[in-house]
Amino acid sequence: MKNILQMQDICKSFSGVEVLHSVNLDLYEGEVLALVGENGAGKSTLMKILMGIEQPNAGKIFLGEEEVKLDNPAKALDLGIAMIHQELAPIPEMTVEENLFIGRELSHFGFVDSRKQAQLTKEWLGNLNLRIPPTTKMQDLSISQTQMVEITKAISYNSKILIMDEPTSAITEAEVRHLFEIINLLKKNGISIIYISHKLQELPFIADRVQVMRDGHIISVAIMAEKSERQIVRDMVGREISNIYPKCDNNITEPILEVKHLNKKGEFEDVTFTLHAGEKLGIAGLMGAGRTELVSTIFCVNRPDSGEVWVDGEKVNFRKPSDAIKKKIALVPEDRKLMGLNLAMNVQENATMCIDKNIAKFYFLNNPKGSLLAKEMVKKLSIKAHSTKQEVGNLSGGNQQKVVLAKWLLTEPDILLFDEPTRGIDVGAKAEIFELINNLVMNGKAALIISSEMQELVGIADRVIVMCEGKITGEVKGEEITQENIMALASPKNKNGSIN
Amino acid sequence: MQNQEKDQKHNTATEQNEKVPFYKSSQFWKSTGIFWALVILVIIMAISQPAFLTKPNLINILKQASITGILAIGLTLVLLTGGIDLSVGSVLAVACMAAAFLTSDVQGFPVIVGFIAGIGVGAIFGLVNGFGIAYIGFAPFIMTMATLSAARGIALVSTNNRPIFNLSRTFIDVSNSIYFGLPSLVYYFLIVAVLAYILTKKTVFGKWIYAVGGNQIAAKYSGINVEKVKLIIYMIMGSLSGLTGVLMASRITSGNPTVGEGYELDAIAACVIGGVSMSGGAGSVIGTVIGVLILGVISNGFDILGISSNYQRIMKGLVILLAVFIDIRSRSRKNS
Repeated sequence: MKNILQMQDICKSFSGVEVLHSVNLDLYEGEVLALVGENGAGKSTLMKILMGIEQPNAGKIFLGEEEVKLDNPAKALDLGIAMIHQELAPIPEMTVEENLFIGRELSHFGFVDSRKQAQLTKEWLGNLNLRIPPTTKMQDLSISQTQMVEITKAISYNSKILIMDEPTSAITEAEVRHLFEIINLLKKNGISIIYISHKLQELPFIADRVQVMRDGHIISVAIMAEKSERQIVRDMVGREISNIYPKCDNNITEPILEVKHLNKKGEFEDVTFTLHAGEKLGIAGLMGAGRTELVSTIFCVNRPDSGEVWVDGEKVNFRKPSDAIKKKIALVPEDRKLMGLNLAMNVQENATMCIDKNIAKFYFLNNPKGSLLAKEMVKKLSIKAHSTKQEVGNLSGGNQQKVVLAKWLLTEPDILLFDEPTRGIDVGAKAEIFELINNLVMNGKAALIISSEMQELVGIADRVIVMCEGKITGEVKGEEITQENIMALASPKNKNGSIN
Repeated sequence: MQNQEKDQKHNTATEQNEKVPFYKSSQFWKSTGIFWALVILVIIMAISQPAFLTKPNLINILKQASITGILAIGLTLVLLTGGIDLSVGSVLAVACMAAAFLTSDVQGFPVIVGFIAGIGVGAIFGLVNGFGIAYIGFAPFIMTMATLSAARGIALVSTNNRPIFNLSRTFIDVSNSIYFGLPSLVYYFLIVAVLAYILTKKTVFGKWIYAVGGNQIAAKYSGINVEKVKLIIYMIMGSLSGLTGVLMASRITSGNPTVGEGYELDAIAACVIGGVSMSGGAGSVIGTVIGVLILGVISNGFDILGISSNYQRIMKGLVILLAVFIDIRSRSRKNS
């Protein structure tokens, strides 16, 4: 196989701290190279250098035989390097066609030549066997379809190297299969792919080789088939992780949260379930099944249309989230940057956000007490920060998530609603978060856990309820909790998972 | 073993970072940069114009900056929550009319009534703004632009365009006295500044202001009553506009319905120069006070140099752009 990209001895420092130490990366024609590592391992920085967004302090980059200097993103794109971002950034109001031609519109004397554009768009989409009408607005596409359009766009620039950053983090299983088909098609056309993912179990299906990074070093490079998931995890975290899903001796007792016939139009209908003290109850379902809407309605971020919520055998009438907090409910939201944290504030300010008024001295902030509590939490959750005064925007994803947890643990909740508690965080931090959930339920707290990674629910939940299109379609318990059983309940009945 | 060595190296690197004295760190220069800009400006003025660095002139600068200063401090709070208030100049005018009407020799109420009426009128406008923005969902720009127009209309209609004269002597003394060598207006400015500083930096409510402006959704999920915070902030802003209206009436010894036109822009300019973010969540009362002083020094210096106010406007525009430019640059350097 022909070597099409070589990055040699790449070094990069930020304000005096070296984050990449003589890193090498080789990419061959028509292969998929999985690049894995915990958050902060240096993957993103390395990719930013390849995209021309960051400049290395030392090292050389060769495309084929030729040494290149990638001083800006436009140049990288010109030389055939394109990236499909984790957070896709199309312009929602524009059509598929307009998005594909953004910045390089075909024109006749300053007028857009839509006929030619439409023709090319059809051709490009056709090459990838996609059946998306070119005149659809981007906002009407699913995440998966948007991703496909982004891939089409990258290919249309004659890219030879595609970087995919967590492409499967937000799409369904059927869509993942479709994505893999597309990737295989791209490989056949001689396109090489650098595939970044936290989902190790999917790598054997798609990657040819795997390269593991940790703390700015390359730890291992190997043929995928010769490397087990366990070995990869060990390389990533630098130690054996015996079990991501630790054992748990919890004692399930009385009902603590009862939801009865809860309705919210267009989101979910007639939802009834009971959560017990000491229980880990999972909620499974595909994207858009209404799970997030359900928990945010229980927490009263949004008001329900009808239905009842009972806490501790008493009917409650929440009007706003602070009412739910008073009843010892906590919601660890799905998107920590959007809903969980104030990125410009420091660890302490975020951690004490919900309890400031409880520890206040006559409306004045009680900083000494807050600092003490925040330090305790940093220690308890082993949050890696220089100090409690560090801005959370500068922390890694896993540590940010722990700050969100700290904020809620300080409210001393009895009922914890976790919405995707491990999204986008690395294996080590995941194990720690599960450990923490176990400790909570062993102390008689109740945990409701939404996760799109079914494996997680199989690993930790005592019981799983499954939602599909806003309704509860079933419940599985104990031995019955398997990916197959959950999937069967989670898939829409009459639409056999068809996409496009 | 190899890894441990690396860890140690990493640790020492961070320790060295921490050992750098605060006054040498980039954080220090970033957070005090605007202060040094003021110092440099004063030095330049002092060297080029001997008349600048005299006690009467410096006091004059403070006095002239006071009215805009109070408004700018109120606007700082509003901007911190991610909002804006364009109506301050018009609300000021209504409060000015109300205070003048009540304390003129026709009505003859005591000074305190003038204050209560002016601040009360301002608070009501603030309540309307806050309700429209927080509970109905009007964009702050739209809501307060409507109030800007309506309040000015009310001020003009109230006396059919005519000013109110013959205010009581005690009321006129409010803005035109001197205590311990400083004009009374300066004390009002300082008191408002100190209270606002304490509110934003020391109280739980102050933290909520930053929380709402920094990330409204996260604030809501944390159980903060976002709507109520906004409502209160617009009411504080309205009350401060009312207060400036009262002070203005006393200073110009009359109720004038056209007073305060365009003041909102001066106040916003002071905030922006002082480093308050227009998108909310970042900035400080101290920054704004310095911003107010910078604008004051520039306009005073130009007055001494005999440059017409038209050129001053041009200069003000350039200063705003320069201040924001420096802010953007320091931010992008921090991120890279």
